[in-house]
This record gives sequence, C-alpha cells and structure tokens, in this order.
Amino acid sequence: MNIHDFLKSPAETTRHHAPHDRIVMSSRVRLARNLRGAPYPGWAKKIDRVKSLELIRPAVESLPQLHGAFSETMDNLAVMDKQILVERHLISREHAAKGAGSGLVLNKEESLCVMINEEDHLRMQALRPGLQLKQAWQAIDEVDSDLEKKLDYAFNTELGYLTACPTNLGTGIRVSAMLHLPGLVLAEQINQIIQSVNKLGLAVRGLYGEGTEALGNVFQVSNQMTLGEVETDIVERLNKVLLQIIENEENARALLIEQKPKIVYNHVGRAFGILANAHSITSKETMNLLSLMRLGVDLGSFPANERPLIDELFITTQPAHLQKQFTEKLGAEERDLLRADMLRERLLHVSRPVAKLPPNGGLLDKRN
Amino acid sequence: MLCMICKQNAAKVHLTQIVENKTQKVDLCEDCAKAHGVNDPAGFSLADLLLGLGASEHIAQSSGGELIKCPNCGFTQADFKKSGRLGCSECYTTFAEGLEGLLKSMHKGTKHIGKTPFALKQSRDLTDRLKTLQKKLDKAVNDENFEQAANLRDEIKTAKEKIGHLAPT
Repeated sequence: MNIHDFLKSPAETTRHHAPHDRIVMSSRVRLARNLRGAPYPGWAKKIDRVKSLELIRPAVESLPQLHGAFSETMDNLAVMDKQILVERHLISREHAAKGAGSGLVLNKEESLCVMINEEDHLRMQALRPGLQLKQAWQAIDEVDSDLEKKLDYAFNTELGYLTACPTNLGTGIRVSAMLHLPGLVLAEQINQIIQSVNKLGLAVRGLYGEGTEALGNVFQVSNQMTLGEVETDIVERLNKVLLQIIENEENARALLIEQKPKIVYNHVGRAFGILANAHSITSKETMNLLSLMRLGVDLGSFPANERPLIDELFITTQPAHLQKQFTEKLGAEERDLLRADMLRERLLHVSRPVAKLPPNGGLLDKRN
Repeated sequence: MLCMICKQNAAKVHLTQIVENKTQKVDLCEDCAKAHGVNDPAGFSLADLLLGLGASEHIAQSSGGELIKCPNCGFTQADFKKSGRLGCSECYTTFAEGLEGLLKSMHKGTKHIGKTPFALKQSRDLTDRLKTLQKKLDKAVNDENFEQAANLRDEIKTAKEKIGHLAPT
C-alpha cells in the first residue's frame, strides 16, 4: 500500500483535543530491544540485517495491536515518503537514511510505530497527543510483553535489555514530550529552565533546526538515564517535570501580557501580517511565525477554533509535505513561493488578531 | 586548545553538560563536531559523544593493551572508538570490564531493576522457590521429620519439572 493513502491527513490529526495540548504537542515512549546474539544493525552485514528483519517483521505484524498496519521495508519507500514520515515525527532521521534490511510497521491510528533495524533491532514507540505519558507507556509495555513471547530478546539479569549503545542499556526506555514554549523564550527564561531540567538528568533539545536553535519554539524533553531505575519511576519523574514546565510557561505568558503587552501583541500581529501576505517564505521563518500565531490563539488574539489550522500548517508547510502536493521537483526557492501561496490562501479567512490590552492600553510598557 | 577527537585542529565547539551534578566537557573542532552529529539536535547527545571518547580508553586500559575481539561478532575496541556502539549482545560480556566505569558515569545505577521478560521472571521466581524448598527439606531431614521431607521432595520435583518446561534463558 502507498504510504500517502495510509497516513491520515494533518487536518484530521490536529482536530482533536488532548490534555494540556496548549503547551504539550505530543507524548512519546520508545523502547529499544534486540535479538540475542545477532549482530546489531550498525555492525551487521546486509545479509544478517535482512535475516533479523525477516524474523522480526512477521512477529510485529502478527500482534493484535498492529492489525491492519502499514508495513514496508525501507528500500521500498521513496526518499520523499521517508522525509514525510520524519516531518510527522513517526520515524527518526537516522531511520529515514536506511535502506535494505530495515523496515517500518505503523498502525492505522498512527499511535504505534515500530522501526526495525534502526540503531537497535527494534525501536518501538507509542505516540499520544498532548500530555499522556502514562498511557503511552502502558500501550508500548503491552506491545513489548506480547512481542517477547515471539522473539528471543537479548536480556541480562544484571544489565537488563542489551542495546547497541550503552546509553540505552537496562530499560531501553526513552520517554519524551514535545513542548511549545514561546512564553519562556520571549521572557528569556528558557536557558534557565533548560539548565535546571538538565540537572535533573533530563535532556532538552530544540526539535526543529540545527544546533542549539529551536525553531518554532518547540522543545523536546526526555530522560537520559535508562539503567538503575524502574520504567514507571522514569515516566512519573518526567511527568512531574513537565507539569512544572507547563506552569512556568503559563506564568511567563501571564507576566508578559501584564508587563509587556505591546511587545507580545506586536510579535503576534507581525507574525500574522507576514504569514498572510508574504509571497516568498522559508520553512524556518514559517515555523517561527506560526509559533507566534499559536501563542496568539492561546492569548485570545485569534478564535480558539483556528488552532487546528495552525497546527496543520506546522506540518504541511515543511519541505517534503509541500513537495508532495506537486508532481515536478521543486527547488528551495520555488518551494518558498508555493509555501507563501498556500499560507496566503489558508489564512485568507482568519480574522485579524485582536489585542486584549489592559485598561491603561499597555502604557506600562514605557516604564520598562 | 586542540580538538579532543582529531587532536589536530583548534577546538571551536565547546559543550558542557551537567547531569545530577556531574559536569562533563567536550571541546571539538568544527569538522569533528559535524561528524559526530553535534549539529543535529535530534540525534545528538553529549553522553553518546563522551562514550566514543572515554569508553574506548576504559576498554583499552582494562585489556592491558591487548586487542580484545568479541568471539560472537568479531567486534573490537577500535570499532567501538569509531562508532560508540557495540557489535552484538555478547559484546557486553566481552567488554564487561571496560564498560563498568562508563556505565557508572552514565546511568543512575549499574544494576537493572526495571521490566524483566515474563518467562525469565517466572523461572527466577521458581528458582527462588526451589531454594526455599531445599532449605526446608534440609531442616526436615535434620529434624528427622521424614513425612514432611517426603512431601517437600515431591514439591521440589514438581518445581524442577516446571523450570524444565520454561524456555531456556
């Protein structure tokens, strides 16, 4: 089956509400598992990788949770299709680069995704919108318990599940959430937050963009240590930290609106102005401006029912998604023109942002 | 300051990570930073990088300079230095000594206390039960309580059969 026919449209996936989805865009729990004795994918020769894949793939496909799933080997997926899966956060960039001997099994709801022969023989992940780490852990725990009956996992009583990289050893678990934190960025508190979260043994990364820059003010928080702690404790610890970050973000927004409303509404208004009127725009600028529009929705500048549209554009303005709509191969400059065309059209009926200024009309700004 | 990896170019990328009060620092030149995915936020973790640097030294030291090769997959410490990844599950036994210190610096503990595959957990529970029964049997024999001893012997027999039925682990 074609992956495009299988994947839900971004309009559909962004429509539903989820807990804390003002700030938490999605939750994910990933488990790393390997076959006993078989060489890890990065070290295995092609023939060995194909052998592992042929053992693992039918086992995964036979699980009730993956009934009717999309299942394909990576060499049978076009480069553009793999890129679309990366932009949807369904597979890693590393997995997108794989070919023969690697595979992918994705369920209909797009809530379970198993990468076969990525860095480990098995990287299985459960995805949920909003803050739902516990639900994601339960879902993937179940899949793992069913799969262990069919495959001989590499497990050692001392070291737990044995993984290609010692950083994943033990539980093989990576619990993470994608957060939208424009308030903390605008208030210049984000570095402080990142540092204190790091001290708790958790990692914070910008999700888009290169190096330290976080495009679209989207950050990913995840655990780093996997050995010497029980899975549910790791999930619980991350959950607590996330609730704290949510509170910090809400506070930062409230304070900005109270003390610097003109600055905030200036950002929101300009973002809308450019997105709705530009004739050429890069994916980077789009993401940063959409983030400010999303903040605008949360602040009441735009009606709440516009949020799904913004979340949809977050996905559909990315390079591979944009390319998909056109048959001829586009260059970066052409994409910028077409991206702007799409944005102007989609934002045509969005009403101009309303600034909810405090009674003094935001004069407080002058004192700051 | 020279790059920690190639030890040729000037280090221009400096990374510090503090995890639970353990400070780790890495100084790299631009080329090595790129080669190790420092520019790719999705794939980069300082721990991964330190692993490639520190771990191979750990392993080299423990081997006393001799080249250790995994008997199962042929992986060597030089390969580990290159990729920061191991070759197969057996490598954890092959390079156990060198990995120990590394795991300590990287994780909360060095002993797994999380999920265990069900079959293994079952056989472990049975092994524990077997030990308890054996102790009771010894005591019963000592006390010349032969009726109880006979019962215990039967119970031990059943437990042993159950372990035999479980998948070999």
